[in-house]
Amino acid sequence: MDTVQWIVTVAGIGMIVAIAVYFLFKSEDVAMQARTIRGVQELSIIVKGGYSPSVVTVQRGTPVRLIFDRRETSSCSEEIVIPEYGIRRGLPPNEKTSIEFTPASAGTFEFACGMNMLHGSIIVE
Amino acid sequence: MSFAVEPVCSSCTPLDMGHTPEDFRETGQRDLVRRLWIIAPFAVLTMVLGMAMFFPVIFAYIPEHSVNYVQLILTLPVFWFAGWGFIVDAWSAAQHRLATMDTLVAVGTSTAFIYSATATLFPGLFHDAGQHPHVYFDTTVTILALITLGKVLEGRAKRQTSDAMRKLLGLQSTTARVLRVGVEVDIPINNVVLGDTIIVRPGERIPTDARIVRGTAIVDESMITGESIPVAKRDGDTLIGGTVNRTGSATAVAIRVGKDTTLQQIVRMVEQAQVSKAPIQKLADKISSWFVPAVMIIAIATFVVWFDVSPVETRLSTAIINLVSVLIIACPCALGLATPTAIMVGTGKGTERGLLIRNAEALEIAHTVTMVVLDKTGTITVGNPSVTDSIVSDAVDGAALYSAIHSIESKSEHPLAEAIAMYTQANGASLVDVSNILVHPGAGIEASVNGDRILIGSKALLNTNSIAVEAPFQIRIDQWQKSAQTVLFVAFNNKHVAAFALADTLRATSKHAIQLLKDMGLRVALLTGDTQATADAVAAAVGIEEVYAHVLPHNKVDIISRLQESGNRVAMVGDGINDAPALAKADVGIAVGSGTDVAMEAADITLMNSDLQSVPHALQLSRATMRNIKQNLFFAFIYNLLGIPLAAGVLYSSYGLSLNPSFAAAAMALSSISVLINALRLRSFTFHQA
Repeated sequence: MDTVQWIVTVAGIGMIVAIAVYFLFKSEDVAMQARTIRGVQELSIIVKGGYSPSVVTVQRGTPVRLIFDRRETSSCSEEIVIPEYGIRRGLPPNEKTSIEFTPASAGTFEFACGMNMLHGSIIVE
Repeated sequence: MSFAVEPVCSSCTPLDMGHTPEDFRETGQRDLVRRLWIIAPFAVLTMVLGMAMFFPVIFAYIPEHSVNYVQLILTLPVFWFAGWGFIVDAWSAAQHRLATMDTLVAVGTSTAFIYSATATLFPGLFHDAGQHPHVYFDTTVTILALITLGKVLEGRAKRQTSDAMRKLLGLQSTTARVLRVGVEVDIPINNVVLGDTIIVRPGERIPTDARIVRGTAIVDESMITGESIPVAKRDGDTLIGGTVNRTGSATAVAIRVGKDTTLQQIVRMVEQAQVSKAPIQKLADKISSWFVPAVMIIAIATFVVWFDVSPVETRLSTAIINLVSVLIIACPCALGLATPTAIMVGTGKGTERGLLIRNAEALEIAHTVTMVVLDKTGTITVGNPSVTDSIVSDAVDGAALYSAIHSIESKSEHPLAEAIAMYTQANGASLVDVSNILVHPGAGIEASVNGDRILIGSKALLNTNSIAVEAPFQIRIDQWQKSAQTVLFVAFNNKHVAAFALADTLRATSKHAIQLLKDMGLRVALLTGDTQATADAVAAAVGIEEVYAHVLPHNKVDIISRLQESGNRVAMVGDGINDAPALAKADVGIAVGSGTDVAMEAADITLMNSDLQSVPHALQLSRATMRNIKQNLFFAFIYNLLGIPLAAGVLYSSYGLSLNPSFAAAAMALSSISVLINALRLRSFTFHQA
């Protein structure tokens, strides 16, 4: 192998390690607490390449309104699915879509995009 | 009426006139088609120029040394209209430390483009490094054009997976004709309130659930129950909103409105089922979380290996092209689509047939069922028993006894009690005061009339009260039981004084349905609270050999557990109310609905019609859906498992086989479309009739 090949090989291995570390070993997001306004726990979630925040905390028994603010056109995020509450909803690009439900039982429930690539979770306390 | 803080599921109710999911998808779809038309001419020209060496005539118009520049210029609009979006989306995802489908396309196409642009603008760099400055503009545009085309086709196919839901939503009328202060007016459906008088005219869709108070209607309920024969309805009958009045005119009173209607309940249930996850999906879900980063790692490894083993002058271009192929051929979408699309189409198909499936898990378990246990009354039989014969002892005043029996039975909702109440009324009974009513579940009822204690119920009820059957009655009673009739006993102050014979008619299709179940290789049993003689007679009539008779409601659960412990996967079919515990205990609980009771908590599958053939149909649908999911998953796994190594060039050294990135793009677009098309095949699934 010549020098260029050595450089390419080492750089390649470096990139592989970088990709693995960056994408596969990420820490859980910090949970964001919903704010209660006139009896409804409300929280905005920005949908752009993922969900921010991706972990939301709500209280059991009080209605929840999650406002999904989709700021992209990527087809990955065009649907939001919350299996626990039987919700599958289209999210129009560059618009805010409200999803309402009342959590009956405590636990951690997943939400995801239609193809299950983007993930988030709802912690019901 | 305030909807603001209610636990609404706004997407499922057409009462919410906001965005339906399709609105914006239509716009997105149109936008994609527009982009496809814009990039098409540029893409075609770039491709032709890419093959210029085969068409030397081109060089008469464009000097050979500027062909690359022309291609670069032609590629720019294609990249802008079809490729830039992927880069933007991939970048946003990367900020969340996520890699998606967009990432693969963005990295793949931009690598090919940047490499080619550099080779065009700075060929000197390549010559200095001993590399041939080969360009891949044609590859870049082909990938982008094919992926855009693929997205258009995918969008169309995806739309069809929710056809059943759209049809259901289309059943909801937007207005209703009601009587307000004596005047017929058309009002928006949202303004209809409970108790409104609704005018149902021939040919019109019934706006909401209502009970007829005057007139008749021949109603087509096929859209809700799957039953193709129209049903005649008269005074007191219930009309289901969304069904169509073929002929006749009626006045009806709204009994359920808004989100409480049968149709809205069905919509919610179908929506819930369609978002639920089948356990079989877990593996695909696990894989999709690390799939894209893994593909990127494989792509880089491919690049390094090809760079290290190829001849010096072509090593960069060979490494680049294999890297791009690997990135482009990988298709996480096919994996992600495999299960949910089949579940959507399968549950949708069921809905059209009046089979409401609670969730994907129920659908998955249903295909493993080995045994079907059927309740008798209301399941195999019509469940509408009527009194066929009676005997009353001479020792009592017949008329007074009938009035007492009538008054007690009128307090009960049990179908047998209703039959006796009707029979005694027809025989001149009147209502008298009843006190101390005590219901013995599965056995009967007791009450006091004028201080006399009266028991009405099964033989068991007499036995527990140590009351002997009157000897002169015994012969008649034996005859009744032999002919599959149910016998109810009446005791007056602890003395047996009367007996009634009740018969229920078999449903026309019961025998057929049981044959279908047997043909599917399933063990079939009958489970009933009725006497052995009655149960045996019914079982013989429909072809069931295994009979569990005399089983009290709470013991039904024990029988189901016993059958499960002996290794059976049990589906229990019952009426959903009396059999609720048994339905819940069974692996799959199937409730035979009356057409309006949708929300049966205990049932995994609710039949909107009373045709027992729906049971084999539901199991057939479950088998077909699971087969479809397995095909989809197999295809999606195999596709990536074979495609990625092929694109990486593992077959190059031994067979000289390598993959052009354009083929990789075509394969990728086709793979998710194939999964969708396979799932859509379920729409034309035909239910097997014996």
